[in-house]
Amino acid sequence: MSSPTPSMPAPEPTPAAESTSVATAATATAGTATATADATEAVVARGVERVFAGAKGAEVTALTGIELAVHDGEFVSLIGPSGCGKSTLLRLIADLDEPTAGEIRVFGKTAKQARIDQSYGIAFQQAGLLPWRSVAANIELPLQLHGADAATRRSRVAELLELVGLADFAKHYPDQLSGGMQQRVAIARSLAEQPRLLLMDEPFGALDEMTRERMQTELLRIRAETGAAVVFVTHSIPEAVYLSDRVVVMSPRPGRITDEIDVRLGDAADRGEDLREDAAFFAGVTAVREALHGPETAPAAGAARGVDVR
Amino acid sequence: MTSAAPERVETTPPPAADPTIAMPGLAASAAPRRRAAGDGPLARFAKLVLPPVALFIVLVLLAELVVVAAGIPPFVLASPSAILDQLVQYAPQVLAATLATGLNALIGLVIGAVIGVLLAIAASVGRPVDGMLAPVVAAVAVVPIVALAPVFYTMFGSTSEVARILIASIAAFVPVFLNTLRGLRQVRPVHRDLMKSYAATPSQLTRLVTIPSALPHFFTGLRIASSLAVISALVAEYFGGPRQGLGSAITTAAASSAYARAWAFVIGAILLGLVFFVLTSLIERIASRHR
Repeated sequence: MSSPTPSMPAPEPTPAAESTSVATAATATAGTATATADATEAVVARGVERVFAGAKGAEVTALTGIELAVHDGEFVSLIGPSGCGKSTLLRLIADLDEPTAGEIRVFGKTAKQARIDQSYGIAFQQAGLLPWRSVAANIELPLQLHGADAATRRSRVAELLELVGLADFAKHYPDQLSGGMQQRVAIARSLAEQPRLLLMDEPFGALDEMTRERMQTELLRIRAETGAAVVFVTHSIPEAVYLSDRVVVMSPRPGRITDEIDVRLGDAADRGEDLREDAAFFAGVTAVREALHGPETAPAAGAARGVDVR
Repeated sequence: MTSAAPERVETTPPPAADPTIAMPGLAASAAPRRRAAGDGPLARFAKLVLPPVALFIVLVLLAELVVVAAGIPPFVLASPSAILDQLVQYAPQVLAATLATGLNALIGLVIGAVIGVLLAIAASVGRPVDGMLAPVVAAVAVVPIVALAPVFYTMFGSTSEVARILIASIAAFVPVFLNTLRGLRQVRPVHRDLMKSYAATPSQLTRLVTIPSALPHFFTGLRIASSLAVISALVAEYFGGPRQGLGSAITTAAASSAYARAWAFVIGAILLGLVFFVLTSLIERIASRHR
């Protein structure tokens, strides 16, 4: 069920990534992009707007003027305060919701077609496991839904359990697992059909800090093994910097992209725990902080140690 | 509460010696086992049943003591030993009456549950159906169904059990319908999103998510309905119809001043209600194990 898109070598960072004035850069990218070029991108959003109908005819603009391109194999974080529309944007990419204006293409297809073709895997803030199914049965759910035979299912589930380090828990039920383990099951499930794109909506948001850091390292390893593109929604600056190739900064009322910061801290496979104490990591944290709050309120790079502005 | 007390007497002949020695030990052994991870249905059953049984036995002994010591006449309060005596003497009749009433309650429960589930599915699928059903169900829920018994006996004839089955099924229908409908609407948004992201068909969504989500709620409804079905089937007998059930036997015994025998049939009614309640509770617990 993986997408038919030809796999591409990891592309160079776009000019937009180095720019702080994203709106113009992103528009330029979109302007030159043709339909064929779109097909090589994991996600392309052009002029996307989402307006919700509020009470008594009032309208709430959740997103406006979104221009975004996620390259194949790239890890992009969407970060911003509550209400900036980052989860809404992810839901639009996943076709769980539809934009009121603009267009979203996933591997060159419409978002709806991409969903029907199962071009992406998705993980939510809540693990969302089915409590009446065992861990193994939860992971095989997408395979079962799409008619994979029993032998294929069994071997794939065994692989995935190994990948997320839960091989001993196949027969357990979700209520017997900790929050972190449940989330790992959810990630295994999202990887079941080897998607080239992974959509993650604050998957570690409900976890404690220690579990969260371990899960982040694990996610990087898994991502290095699968080579999938990732769109990762978070409101944790260190998390975004640690994981991402590129951090997309959003701001609320109306939800829009205000900045993009290239933070590529080396190959996903090489990133270890020491990276969290690396100067480049703090520089990234500072850059994202300044993009979120404006430079006048941000402390110096040295003072950013251990800061988690959420 | 003395009426409920002798229920245990039937299974343990010498109630004086047995409970005081056996009960604390059993209770103590059941308690720590509950804390263990894989709690078997047997341990759960013991934990569910033993404490109230112990209370009953204490009450029986107390009642016997009071009746004998104070010399209360049998038409005011029959002594537990007299009731036990009657229960032994009339065991076949009590059993037959319990089975007759139990069968009505069971058939009524099944019919009420099936209709309740079908209508709940219809109401969960279509808002208009829900709009039509809601006031009707509300009306059915507040009408004392047993009060319709005389009307039904006239409709179906006084030799037919149909009236009682009908009353039991209407009584059982309401909680099954309400709980099942609630369960069918309890699909978590994250599960709905997940199934949409998998491009699951509506039938896959129903089979793999909606029904499993609703099952524990259905069984809760069934547990409540089981007691109502027994009560309704029994009380309906007070208003006429064939004379082989528990309700008829209780009125007959009381009318002929055989108070201890009336109590013996009441014990049959309690056992019947308990069987229904315990069985449906067990099913409910098993169904909602992993929540």
